[in-house]
Amino acid sequence: MKETDLILSKLPYQKPFLFVDELLQIDEDGVTGTFTFDEKLEFYTGHFKDNPITPGVILIETMAQIGLVCLGIYLTFDENFSKIAFSSSEVEFLKPVYPNEKVTVISEKVYFRFGKLKCKVRMLNSQNEEVCNGTLSGIIIK
Amino acid sequence: MNKLEIIDQLKTVVKPYIKNQEAFDNLSETTDFINDLKINSANLVDVILDIEEVFDIVIDNASMEKMLDVKSTLAIIETKLAEK
Repeated sequence: MKETDLILSKLPYQKPFLFVDELLQIDEDGVTGTFTFDEKLEFYTGHFKDNPITPGVILIETMAQIGLVCLGIYLTFDENFSKIAFSSSEVEFLKPVYPNEKVTVISEKVYFRFGKLKCKVRMLNSQNEEVCNGTLSGIIIK
Repeated sequence: MNKLEIIDQLKTVVKPYIKNQEAFDNLSETTDFINDLKINSANLVDVILDIEEVFDIVIDNASMEKMLDVKSTLAIIETKLAEK
């Protein structure tokens, strides 16, 4: 099994709340991964009425699953811990993401100390335009 | 650096993370970071990293776990400064 597939298999999510398709690159300092927003995802019915746009919270979740959780799994591969928690986010949104768009998330580690992982994360659309960026943090609860 | 100078620097470090201004204004050695200053426990890590930078010291895991109030934090900073 490829290292990146092994990481995906350890993700604690499943459909309809899994927002990682593929990891393109991962190392100690960061991760790059992709996700395509299937037009059948349930939230498009409500956000917005007759005008489907990916909710900002879902973009943050996607950045967190790829940028924090996948990297966190990589950095703690041999350790056992019971829980992870999303602890903070500060994100700016620049462009809308429509159904069926494929996005690429690029995360750079700021630090991983005392069980807290902080990353600077960007999301690009298929035209390589930045759709959102920010700083996200998560913690391991032992 | 004497104790008062350390407390002064420590106040500057914790200020961006505090959620209780009154407790901060009345900060003393018995002030607890989480219970009194209402600092988010995940942000305590940032407080510790800022302490490392400001005092140019390295905090290990065991020390970090003790740094929950001003008194124990002062003691650890003083110890680490003395080791330099």
